[in-house]
Amino acid sequence: MRLQRLAETGRPAVSFMLDGAPVAALEGDSLLTAILAQNGGYLRASEFGDGPRAGFCLMGACQDCWVNVEGGGRVRACTTPIEEGMRVSRGMVRP
Amino acid sequence: MSIVIVGAGPAGTRAAEILVGAGLRPIVIDEAPENGGRIYQRQPNGFHRTARTLYGFEANKARAIHDSFDRLRTSIDFQPRTLAWNLRPGVLDTICDGKARAVPFAQTILCTGAMDRVIPLPGWTLPGVFTLGGSQISLKAQGCAIGARVAFLGTGPLLYLVAYQYARAGAQVAAVLDTTPFATKAAQAFGLMRGGATFAKGLYYIGWLRTHGIPIFEGVTPLAIGGDGQVESLSWRHARGNTHQVAVDAVALGFGLKPEAQLADLAGVPFDFDPVQHNWVPRMDPSGQTSVDGVFLAGDGSGIRGADLAEAAGARAAWSVLAARGLAVDARAVASLDTTLAAGAAFRAALERAFPFPAKLAAAMADDTILCRCEAITAGELRAAANEALATLPPPEVNRAKALTRIGMGRCQGRVCGAAAAEILASTLSCPVEQVGRLRGQPPVKPIPILPAEAA
Repeated sequence: MRLQRLAETGRPAVSFMLDGAPVAALEGDSLLTAILAQNGGYLRASEFGDGPRAGFCLMGACQDCWVNVEGGGRVRACTTPIEEGMRVSRGMVRP
Repeated sequence: MSIVIVGAGPAGTRAAEILVGAGLRPIVIDEAPENGGRIYQRQPNGFHRTARTLYGFEANKARAIHDSFDRLRTSIDFQPRTLAWNLRPGVLDTICDGKARAVPFAQTILCTGAMDRVIPLPGWTLPGVFTLGGSQISLKAQGCAIGARVAFLGTGPLLYLVAYQYARAGAQVAAVLDTTPFATKAAQAFGLMRGGATFAKGLYYIGWLRTHGIPIFEGVTPLAIGGDGQVESLSWRHARGNTHQVAVDAVALGFGLKPEAQLADLAGVPFDFDPVQHNWVPRMDPSGQTSVDGVFLAGDGSGIRGADLAEAAGARAAWSVLAARGLAVDARAVASLDTTLAAGAAFRAALERAFPFPAKLAAAMADDTILCRCEAITAGELRAAANEALATLPPPEVNRAKALTRIGMGRCQGRVCGAAAAEILASTLSCPVEQVGRLRGQPPVKPIPILPAEAA
């Protein structure tokens, strides 16, 4: 899946590391937007083996968009703003 | 002793305004970085769309709420990015940027808002499926559609509004699928007309979608979201019985709203099942006062009434707080708010009846469908546990079922699956849904980091 940017695309670019690879986002993106606007978007793997997840409620209620940020631990991608140079990893989130 | 307002949406803003007008300086806590709540959520710095683009017909209301809040900023203690994660007698436990703080209060007005009510279907955990509210936030707060070709599935006014907003913003809307038959809505036409402009706007969205060639189907039964690792299709059964499938890469899903009332629950406010809303709602008097000393409620967190009535209820609850503190109350202002709230109730009831929660759809969920997305627990596991428990114990209610299956024990604490789980449990036990009870709130109401303190 991929979020489609329909507006506000003139914002300054931000670069960050996603699973060790450099990717671009826009200033003001949430971490969720920054990741899911890339091709093949997902945020984490379900710990119960039923596949990838990409969040659901986008309002901090469902807790299904957790990713790992180096130095910041496990964060909710929908309520965390992207920052230049952030190092984000998806994959299995440990309980 | 302070007054703490939890939630800086329409209810919280109007409550703060009345309190400031009386010379008080309330603390206003919100989990978001900015005020406005969900409905009037502000876009981040650096975004430039106009209020008209963001909020459509509600632009003037959104601007009025934002302007009022901006005027209040120096007169209130605004604490954004702050989660109120527990409520004890006279104290709210909060956390902001990883730092915990206990905030004592003499009175609190809980304006904690609402979230989408969801009925799971096969494939609903695939990347590309979001709630209706979430889909709207993606567009409003991030300028993004949830996919290149989006289907809207569920029922309620938000279904048509968000589909309309997506189409207007340039997204491709593949279909709008409403589980409510046309006749159910038509039967409420008289009551809906009380809503005046609100009803007219609803009709406008539907008319706009139709004239722009967007297929709308009513009375559908959702079947499944298909795809391997991401959304690829959505299938449903038409009212006439034939099935249909569309190729989509995203689905927006929602069946009305439910109150986010966890703090009221922790405060000890009793709850009642509202058969029209089909929600458990905290008990309060028309002024927003509860039976718990110092705890007042307003906005959708106290029962779904919509943004306009949230403003009135917020102001009304603030007057109740002033009365409780022995301060002067403007009887005319209060009478006017009471009239607004009473008049709005009739329209709201018609709206709920026009878009009823399709409880049977939830109850009929297939055994192998994931019900709890936190821990991938299926509807069949809940039914099996309920039947097994029934053999040895009194009929289980939802908290017992939670202990047996972990449904409602995941990280969302049953916010997402709770409504559907109650329907499944009730239908398994052949009893009315209110008889299986409601999931009790537990602190912290959302996950918070736990860090061991260093020795001094």
